[in-house]
Amino acid sequence: MSLIDVIDLQSAQLHDEARRAMEVCNACRYCEGFCAVFPAMELRRDFTNGDLDYLANLCHNCQGCFHSCQYAPPHPFGINVPKALAELRYQTYRDYAWPPSMARVFDRNGTLVCLLAALSVAVLVTCIVLLRDPGILFQPQTGPGAFYRIMPWGLLSALAGASFVYSLVALGMGFRNFWRASERPTSDLTRPRPLMQALHDVFTLKYLGGNGRGCNDLSDNFTMLRRRLHHAMFYGFLLCFASTSVATLYDHFWNWPAPYPLLSAPVLLGLVGGLGLIVGCSGLIWVKVQTDPAPSARALLGADYALLTLLLLSSVTGLVLLTLRETSAMGLLLAVHFGFILALFLALPYSKFVHGIYRSGALLRYALEREDEHASHASN
Amino acid sequence: MVDLTRLYDVLVIGGGNAALCAAITAREAGASVLLVESAPKPFRGGNTRHTRNLRAMHEKPTSVLTESYLEDEYWDDLLRVTGGQTNEELARLTIRETQASLPWLEARGVMFQPSLTGTLNLSRTNAFFLGGGKQLVNSLFNTAQRLGVEVLYDTEVTELVLDDGFVRDVKIVSRGFPASVRTKAVVASSGGFQGNIEWLKQYWGEAADNFLIRGTPYAQGKVLRNLLDQGAHAIGDPTQFHCVGIDARAPKFDGGIATRLDCIPFSIVLNQKGERFYDEGEDVWPKRYAIWGRLIAQQPGQIGFPIVDSKAEKLFMPSVFPAYRANTIAELATQMGLDPAATEKTVAEYNASVRAGTFDTTKLDDCHTEGLSPPKSHWARTIDEPPFIGYPLRPGITFTYLGLKVDEKARVLMSDGKPTANLFASGEIMSGNILGKGYLAGFGMSIGTVFGRISGREAAKRVLN
Repeated sequence: MSLIDVIDLQSAQLHDEARRAMEVCNACRYCEGFCAVFPAMELRRDFTNGDLDYLANLCHNCQGCFHSCQYAPPHPFGINVPKALAELRYQTYRDYAWPPSMARVFDRNGTLVCLLAALSVAVLVTCIVLLRDPGILFQPQTGPGAFYRIMPWGLLSALAGASFVYSLVALGMGFRNFWRASERPTSDLTRPRPLMQALHDVFTLKYLGGNGRGCNDLSDNFTMLRRRLHHAMFYGFLLCFASTSVATLYDHFWNWPAPYPLLSAPVLLGLVGGLGLIVGCSGLIWVKVQTDPAPSARALLGADYALLTLLLLSSVTGLVLLTLRETSAMGLLLAVHFGFILALFLALPYSKFVHGIYRSGALLRYALEREDEHASHASN
Repeated sequence: MVDLTRLYDVLVIGGGNAALCAAITAREAGASVLLVESAPKPFRGGNTRHTRNLRAMHEKPTSVLTESYLEDEYWDDLLRVTGGQTNEELARLTIRETQASLPWLEARGVMFQPSLTGTLNLSRTNAFFLGGGKQLVNSLFNTAQRLGVEVLYDTEVTELVLDDGFVRDVKIVSRGFPASVRTKAVVASSGGFQGNIEWLKQYWGEAADNFLIRGTPYAQGKVLRNLLDQGAHAIGDPTQFHCVGIDARAPKFDGGIATRLDCIPFSIVLNQKGERFYDEGEDVWPKRYAIWGRLIAQQPGQIGFPIVDSKAEKLFMPSVFPAYRANTIAELATQMGLDPAATEKTVAEYNASVRAGTFDTTKLDDCHTEGLSPPKSHWARTIDEPPFIGYPLRPGITFTYLGLKVDEKARVLMSDGKPTANLFASGEIMSGNILGKGYLAGFGMSIGTVFGRISGREAAKRVLN
């Protein structure tokens, strides 16, 4: 049996299990108040593989439907929706990956993302140590352009720019694959009302809010823990991105090179964002360690831990660099920090990060289906 | 760790809604409480695990209920379904107390949701549990244990030693080991006996082997039996139960909601001999939902086979089991184990007697049969467009009506009419006082919550005074 056959067989099994679960759920429907998955399911009687891929990406893994399920194991029906959908969701990351040959990076994703990070840091540190005069590298560097005396501006911006642009393209192509599978027209992507609804659901993490009391993050108790931690991480990430963007503007258009003073926009944005990332990522790692294992797809945790750890290390090294930037440690710290950032940029399309792209797409598809449904009711 | 050498104020028997409401109420009143649940933890919660909503009186819209639902309308609804087999004093007490039940449960962690698809007719009267009854069970167990209620799973009460209306001793089997519980008062919230097939056979004979039990297998009725044997006053017809038609392929126990089939009004239902036996279009489905279990129980082999054609397929909720499906009636009959010739004959006679009208699922339409016995009064359309679709149906028992007679303080009454001193009951074990016949959606949970709270309060009052 070739590798392709094995992957096809695995994909068929994942679809079969998700289909079996959805057919039981569709005859029960007790969970329809939890999230978007169940109302979307109720619009269907039969589930194509494409429908199941969509439902899998609509699932936020809140686990409410598992803990309240009268058919959960050890019941003979053995229904475990969060696990079935998580395993299928992960399969869709392979299916939508661009270029298609990169699907295999999701097979041992935790290991690969960690190796990438280690390699990236090692290469940058090695280059700096080999290429820079120790007299400059291990001397405190201060004032405008201090960073570029360690790492030339051209190299820095070329590496960062190229990796970031590549990742954007790969993510975009992945989204294109996702949307093609939905068989909806491209024009649907910009229908204003569904788009606004989807953006609202994405930016508020509506479906990690339950009915105001949150989700079953750790057990059958309801908490807002995961939603708050995810918010800290997500908005922390955006603030760090804003920090980098502002710094790029300062550098390119105002000819004001880094490092910037403590009370400047890039440093304040990065400081708050970095703290958000540290709280969010370490908290989410803790949740994953503590949570009831039954509804989790344990085999997929590697990818989760790898991305969270990479984000965590990026922000920790950033804050350490900020603290020690006027000391002789700055040179090596800069290389280490930039190594993690570079790895993060490169890993975006090939890590758990893609869930944000596909889940947003699924929420948009859901908003479109809802609007179509309302329209068809209104016209009847 | 539960310490069985300790003297508890209140022992609660059971792990469903009524038991949890009783345990929490008694604990909040200051009593020490031990709750014993006969199921292991994953199956805790009795039939509450399979429930979905609670019927609640309200004067104005609440967090999840629309408009208003007042005492007299609620009472009328109950009177209609029970045909008068109720106790007005206890029923009205229950109805009035449901008003406070919803906020009480919400304050103890239970999550509700507005009713959604398929149940809109209940959005005014019934509050739906987010995720269903198991979420209520989880939330109330969490609250009870946070308050200090002690819990033993996999623990069955085998005997309450009654001495002149006073519980002297409680014998249990905990995880297989016999023991005693020392307690000052007992609340029995241990459900009916529908899980006890041998008991059902006393009234139904071997036919009971073909009954499916929609809920928990742990409703064995041991406490009920034990108390009746010691002279407790019985109430409710022991031979009767609430029973609907469910897919015959459902598991023997715990099949719950997903095994039900709503296709009967759009079908003709055949018995094992390939013959029809009752008017499938008699009335709107919600009003006839509950009679088909008994109708099928009275047929040979306790099995029935609704048949529809492709026209009707999308008119009812999808089933959890795949339908039998064939391009000819004879082929479908063979798949279902029916005689093809008899089945074809029944379908042909039915088709010939159908008088076409304006088909309308939302009302009692004028599509009916003429000259057919039994007739199909509404939604009668010819069955002639393949593929033909069929399901096997068996009686699915929801709960039994036999119970313990109680007073307004939830005290168990003896046959001589005297109340017991320290024995209280709530939930299905006493719901026959109020719901002696029929079924009213969400009302079992209303009785459980109201009498659960009363029994917990009265038990605590008894031991703390």
